[in-house]
Amino acid sequence: MIQYTIDQDGVAILTWNLPGGANILNAASVLAFSDALENALSDPTICGIIVTSAKETFILGGDLKALYALEDADQVMVMGRAIHKVFRRMETGGKPVVAAINGMTLGGGMELVLACHHRVALNDPVVQLGFPEVTLGLFPGAGGTQRLPRLIGLQAAMQPLLLGRNMDVARGKALGIIGTLVATREELIPAAKDWILKGGKAVQPWDIKGFKTPGAELASVDVTFLYAGAAGMVRQQGFGNYPAPNAILSCLYEGLLMNIDEALELELRYFVKVALSTQAKHMIRTLWFSMNKAKAGIAKPHGFEANNVRKLGVVGAGMMGAGIAYASAKVGITSVLKDVTISAAEAGKDFSSKLLAEQIEKGRMTQEKADKFMSKIIPTCDAADLDGCDLIVEAVFEDRSLKALVTQEAEARMADGAVFASNTSTLPITGLASASKMPANFIGLHFFSPVDKMQLVEVIMGQETSDYALAKSIDFVLQIKKVPIVVNDSRGFFTSRIFKTYVTEGFELLAAGVKPALIENAAKAAGMPVGPLAIADEVSIELLYKIFKQTEADGIVQDGPAKDVIFTMIERLDRKGKKEGKGFYDYPEGDKKRIWPGLVDYFPVAAQQPDVELVKQRLMHLQALESWRCLEEGVLRSAEDADIGSILGWGFPPYTGGVLSYIDFVGLPKFVQDCDTFSLSAGKRYSPTEKLKNMAVNGQSVY
Amino acid sequence: MMQEAYIYDAVRTPRGRGRKDGSLHGIKSVSLLSTVLNALRDRNHLDTSLVEDVIIGCVTQVGEQSGDVAKSAAIKSGYSDAVAGVTLNRFCGSGLESVNQAAAYIMSGQMDLLVAGGVESMSRNPMGSDGFGLLGDPEMTSTHRIVPQGISADLIATMDGVGRRDVDLFAAESHRRAAIAQSQGYFARSIVPVYDVAGLIALDRDETIRKETTADGLASLRPSFAIMGEQGGYDTVAIQRYPEVERIDHVHHAGNSSGLVDGASVVLIGSKSAGKKLGLNPRARIRSFGIVGTEPTIMLVGPGPASRKALQKAGMQLADIDLFEVNEAFAIVPMHFMRELGVSHDRVNVNGGAIALGHPLGATGAMLIGTVLDELERRNLQTGLVTLCIGGGMGIATIIERV
Repeated sequence: MIQYTIDQDGVAILTWNLPGGANILNAASVLAFSDALENALSDPTICGIIVTSAKETFILGGDLKALYALEDADQVMVMGRAIHKVFRRMETGGKPVVAAINGMTLGGGMELVLACHHRVALNDPVVQLGFPEVTLGLFPGAGGTQRLPRLIGLQAAMQPLLLGRNMDVARGKALGIIGTLVATREELIPAAKDWILKGGKAVQPWDIKGFKTPGAELASVDVTFLYAGAAGMVRQQGFGNYPAPNAILSCLYEGLLMNIDEALELELRYFVKVALSTQAKHMIRTLWFSMNKAKAGIAKPHGFEANNVRKLGVVGAGMMGAGIAYASAKVGITSVLKDVTISAAEAGKDFSSKLLAEQIEKGRMTQEKADKFMSKIIPTCDAADLDGCDLIVEAVFEDRSLKALVTQEAEARMADGAVFASNTSTLPITGLASASKMPANFIGLHFFSPVDKMQLVEVIMGQETSDYALAKSIDFVLQIKKVPIVVNDSRGFFTSRIFKTYVTEGFELLAAGVKPALIENAAKAAGMPVGPLAIADEVSIELLYKIFKQTEADGIVQDGPAKDVIFTMIERLDRKGKKEGKGFYDYPEGDKKRIWPGLVDYFPVAAQQPDVELVKQRLMHLQALESWRCLEEGVLRSAEDADIGSILGWGFPPYTGGVLSYIDFVGLPKFVQDCDTFSLSAGKRYSPTEKLKNMAVNGQSVY
Repeated sequence: MMQEAYIYDAVRTPRGRGRKDGSLHGIKSVSLLSTVLNALRDRNHLDTSLVEDVIIGCVTQVGEQSGDVAKSAAIKSGYSDAVAGVTLNRFCGSGLESVNQAAAYIMSGQMDLLVAGGVESMSRNPMGSDGFGLLGDPEMTSTHRIVPQGISADLIATMDGVGRRDVDLFAAESHRRAAIAQSQGYFARSIVPVYDVAGLIALDRDETIRKETTADGLASLRPSFAIMGEQGGYDTVAIQRYPEVERIDHVHHAGNSSGLVDGASVVLIGSKSAGKKLGLNPRARIRSFGIVGTEPTIMLVGPGPASRKALQKAGMQLADIDLFEVNEAFAIVPMHFMRELGVSHDRVNVNGGAIALGHPLGATGAMLIGTVLDELERRNLQTGLVTLCIGGGMGIATIIERV
């Protein structure tokens, strides 16, 4: 696990090499490392210690599985103290310890290298450094919040700790984290050794009497405003919903005034509080465990070989089609982009060239790679170019007859065993498949806009869709490095259906006299990225209007306040949305949007406004309840898919763990009770299902 | 009440621009405070051994302003060794809090003669240099939604529907009034000049009044809190507490907010018997006072409720008050006060306020006692109310009545 070698100059090299996957700090590896360290420290012939890794990466973090399972504070304290003890031995054991960083170093790995007396790193863009803990609801609790600012100063330490973004080692060197950069892997150990043999000191700056954190004086106006500024940013970004960033700031604020040992203990106490929080548990479950499973293709049926797409056809070169071609060409798939005219097809290809030009400008892409990339996208208006495609995705307008035509045209050209996919966001797949010769090979692949940024693909099974088509689709989604969830066919599938409840619940509240600003601010405070009225403007109220009309034409009655709002906005007021410059908001040129002042004339504001918490619940509970119905109805196959789909699909707040985890976040019995109350005051759409009610009575939870 | 608390005198320094080029920048805080203690003693031929305590408000108690500057200044001024000293911090309300505490000691019968006042050298001890836990501690700001005061001021203006032009007009009027008061000598009775160690006059008049100020001239100034609010996240923090507000209109800037200045003030407060012993005639009595807490995010709306509380304690009505001094921390603070209580501007801050004169945090409250008393005497009116908004969401008020 930890290889122990001694070279001719008496330098011990401790090489991390965990069996199985990447190196992580877990109970066994920390123990093994501790033993190796003690060996080196107690051997009088050894003059210094190098810590490195036998893998492509260095150390990628802590043991999330163990952490996720822990439920009481004492256990976390024990786990944390064990790591602190080893790290303090490295720092104070009397022999210089150098990290030779050969690959990516994250989280606990970063904390380990910060406990070394010196850091040497391979100067390669793949050698990324970072503290991703906050993205999983955690924070660096193995000394990260204490050693980093003591090494590089408070201000410089804030961003890496708070934002969870990686940096390359050149940046690490500029910040003062990395001491020495080397150009090749071969130079790494010699450079580390050189530092030891040239008299590198076996003492950390913070263990020297009179140590002061670098940078501005801690009790100063500058630092007061630095903390005030950081706290404001944290609150703006997380609306107070995430405990971790606040804990980081508190660890800095309180810990930097203490000596390192007291500070580590303080950090650990905050870590206990955060690691045991529901937010952290839910985020780890969904964003780590469930997400990793989805990315590993858990949705793929058994018994199908890997069947990667070789030639992709994309019909319809609008924003979605162009984005799908981009994402596919990016991983080297030849992508035929077809539209009615060649100019439309080429405009779709231009979308990619614009994105690539931006990347070249930022230095993230070479011209050569961009040219190769672009050569993979073949714009055309000739259906014959679709010959031999093994997957065709149509992304034309949401019009059944048009989609039927496209299906038939494409199927005539497809290779044997090819799959045809519709990128519809609302039309049921089974109906669309009726135009197909091979409904078993007909599937829904619902991409999200903008495709180049949105990770989710909602895979929709029609009634006749085969496991073969599903397997191939999952392969494709993974091939283009996106995350699949699988749902069964129904109107709006899963994501569009739930997203619609969010928007229309905003309309319900508006119609009930809730102040527009209160609706929008409550949504954001609950963690939604955009308020329901603003998002309605962005997707276009007119589109919602059309969907309502279509649904009615399909014989589904949906009278009520939400419909009144949409119809008033379109039929009476002609306020179609952001694109037209007027919707629920006005869009003055050169200024930020403002809620249209006339709105209150049509939807009068009630004298008594509800508490913001109530508005938040109205907007969030309904999404969760409707998702639960999707699960009961079999539209969803798992709660995990709902959680992932909600976070990646429409930005449901991650701190909840996702839209079904949200029920547990609230507490299932309370959730059911709230819904019961709302069903009386706001409407039957809030009636919890019988099954949910029973679960509440039995004290069950979603997970 | 065991006995009445009387004001025998009030003295203040002029207010010097609170920057490195300000005329009082070279003067230590203890020297500023000692200046007014000396003047109070000398002009009243005060037997300082009768003074029981010196209560001094001071906000940024760090460096030279730390270590109980009240006792330090009493020693420096050669007050009797029998005089005690205490320094307190109720942010912007500190100076008035000192007056109220002194009055309470008298009223309770536990003491008979005290000096109350405040000192702040903002140029030498910048705001926030004490670490300012309320805003510096991320738990307080982030978890408890404490925002910088300017954001609170802009929030009040937004909620009151008060626009940029309105606050600028108010600011210009503050300068106009202060300029007249200065040129006519209305401040002369309270102000004592400050001398440097060489014995030369450092400053003998308030330094930040600009009589040429107009609302049009102020219109070009950039709002001070827009970036902090919009990019620094604090608008979001405030709106989370006031979710019915769509967006905060940033109307305050350096020209319609209180200026940073240096200065000190003291008030001699005693019982009737103490006055007799000293051979001094009381100038006013302290009728009542009020202190309140308010919601901390909006923070600056305390003057209204604090004043109501003081009025109630005194059994008085708003109409019973002749003149008001409402500290101009930001233009919206007195504007909100006038709107809330229905008091017209011709009774409020009649000689201008902190927008023109500056706001030496800990010293302001006691300064305003002197200012309103001088003006009551000049106009031959009876009653005055002094009130200030306070960080953290507080308000303080004191009612005095000439005797």
